Amino acid sequence: MNKLALVRIALGSIRRNAGRSLLTILGVVIGVGSVVVMVAIGQGARAEIAARVASLGTNLVVVTPGALNRSGVSAGAGSTDTLTLDDVEVIEREVYGAMAVSPVVASGTLAVAGNANWRTAIQGVNDDWFNIRSWSVSSGRTFDANEVRAARKVCLLGVTVAEALFGADDPVGREVRLRGIPVEVIGLLARKGPTAEGNDQDDIAILPYTTVRQRMAGRQYIAQILLRANSEDDVSDVMVDTAQILRETHRLGARGEADFTIRDQRQIAEASRGTTDVMTTLLSAVASVSLVVGGIGIMNIMLVSVTERTREIGIRRAVGARRSDVLAQFLVEAVVLSGLGGVLGAIGGAAMASAVGALTGWSTPVTASSLSIAMGFSGFIGVFFGWYPARRAAALDPIDALRHA
Amino acid sequence: MAVVEIHGLTREFQSGGGEVVRALDGVDLVVEPGEMVAIMGTSGSGKSTLLNILGCLDRPSSGTYRLSGVAVETLDENALADLRNQRLGFVFQGFNLLHRTSALENVMLPMLYDRQGRFKDPEALARAVLTRVGLGNRLDHTPNELSGGQQQRVAVARALVTGPDLLLADEPTGNLDSHTTLDVMALFQALHDEGMTQLIVTHEDEVASYCTRAIVLRDGRIVQDQAITPRSAADDLAHKASAS
Repeated sequence: MNKLALVRIALGSIRRNAGRSLLTILGVVIGVGSVVVMVAIGQGARAEIAARVASLGTNLVVVTPGALNRSGVSAGAGSTDTLTLDDVEVIEREVYGAMAVSPVVASGTLAVAGNANWRTAIQGVNDDWFNIRSWSVSSGRTFDANEVRAARKVCLLGVTVAEALFGADDPVGREVRLRGIPVEVIGLLARKGPTAEGNDQDDIAILPYTTVRQRMAGRQYIAQILLRANSEDDVSDVMVDTAQILRETHRLGARGEADFTIRDQRQIAEASRGTTDVMTTLLSAVASVSLVVGGIGIMNIMLVSVTERTREIGIRRAVGARRSDVLAQFLVEAVVLSGLGGVLGAIGGAAMASAVGALTGWSTPVTASSLSIAMGFSGFIGVFFGWYPARRAAALDPIDALRHA
Repeated sequence: MAVVEIHGLTREFQSGGGEVVRALDGVDLVVEPGEMVAIMGTSGSGKSTLLNILGCLDRPSSGTYRLSGVAVETLDENALADLRNQRLGFVFQGFNLLHRTSALENVMLPMLYDRQGRFKDPEALARAVLTRVGLGNRLDHTPNELSGGQQQRVAVARALVTGPDLLLADEPTGNLDSHTTLDVMALFQALHDEGMTQLIVTHEDEVASYCTRAIVLRDGRIVQDQAITPRSAADDLAHKASAS
């Protein structure tokens, strides 16, 4: 008996019970569909995070105050006030691999322009910061070293702040009041989008750090020191050198616990990717469970089908079918069923993935590999869960089967 | 060579209480080509057991069975399946057609399990055989669109399509009214005229009267075996038609 005939028999039997077959494969359709969607979303999220991490700048090294972990309890990086401007100076002077260093003096305040106001984050930086963050201006200009030295009352606004205060108007040349001080807007930063963690990077006002330190009241601390290494190869040297120098200037000795944390982009990327990977794995696991449940559904219906078709099995045996023919028939039917479910699920999943992509603006690619894995798995499900019913069918005694009512 | 050659055939079953029940108790039977044999007996006489063994669905506990010279009792299950496919045709009381499947596909079913490539064009052959039994215009009808007599004709066509040595019929008229019974018996007699060897299990004397030989089983033994001059089902059918 040839394979094509088996598939034809299976398709015939599925067509004769079209409604029930459709319900039978629904589980597999949903299972395969969700696997395809989850893989696509996972890949989209990965690509998105990679893009966002890249948006931080290239060859970036970030020093934050406070140890990442103190006595096993996270102190919360950036919550302590251990970095100073002296640290910035000494790093600038001594770390040769770094082509640019900038402090980030962080503060939050209400920005007021006319009768509009907006609570935003103020970051006081030096003129190198724009280079380090690879952040260009879309209108106006950045400030230079002289303006930093002179603590000029100038600022650049992120897109979010600018839109909140000035709407669609170009903010360059206008004036905003930050902590009660009038500051001239000299530039509009290019749109950067959210960080890997989802924070809006464009909700920001950039000033010379000297201006923030000298002219503004309120709590201020050095939230970060940003360094840009000369090249990718220099990144690890820069990290080691910076740690060395900070340990010396902070008089930590050889064994003292560091009161700062140094990370590079790769680590930041890994940290964010870790979360999405966990999520993707989790969701894929749930999707796989539904695939297995779909397989059990097929087994269930196939068992019912074998009982219902006992007489058919008897007839087939009487006219010359071997046990193996009956086994093959029911196995192929299960595989064809779950294969159909796989195809429908893949189509539905691909449609869902592109819908999700359109909704989030991510690229959610449905790759050939994810499709073939999902469909291969559904075929495997068919064999695995079709085996037992098929065995039951083949084990029937033809005499009893023919007598079956 | 005889089509069926049985010697000292016994078949024993374990009953629920553990005792051994002997359904067939030393049956000897030779059926020559072209014979049309009725096997009669009350229920429990062993005729179903004999039919199952003759049909290679069951194997004897002891004794020998030659089907067209092949020693059946030595064959394994797969070889028995192939033997059923090549040398036997079954007709059942309940027709046993595949439901929601056309007459044509039902008749093509046995050829699906042919392992020797005997059939070059199964569909054309099935068409021809269905036409032979008078259903050339019902090829695409499913069983529930056919009358009982027509369904049994499809079943006969399915039994004949592989060109068997022996046609086995188990109460073929049990579900049919008297007119259709005559109709089907006329078909069997026509096949007899073409030389087809047939074994018909029945409990109706009327059916037996259309055969060339009648065997009566009781308690697993053949108690009567006689040649008869068959009535003509076609003639009876004609009389019936002119009488009414």
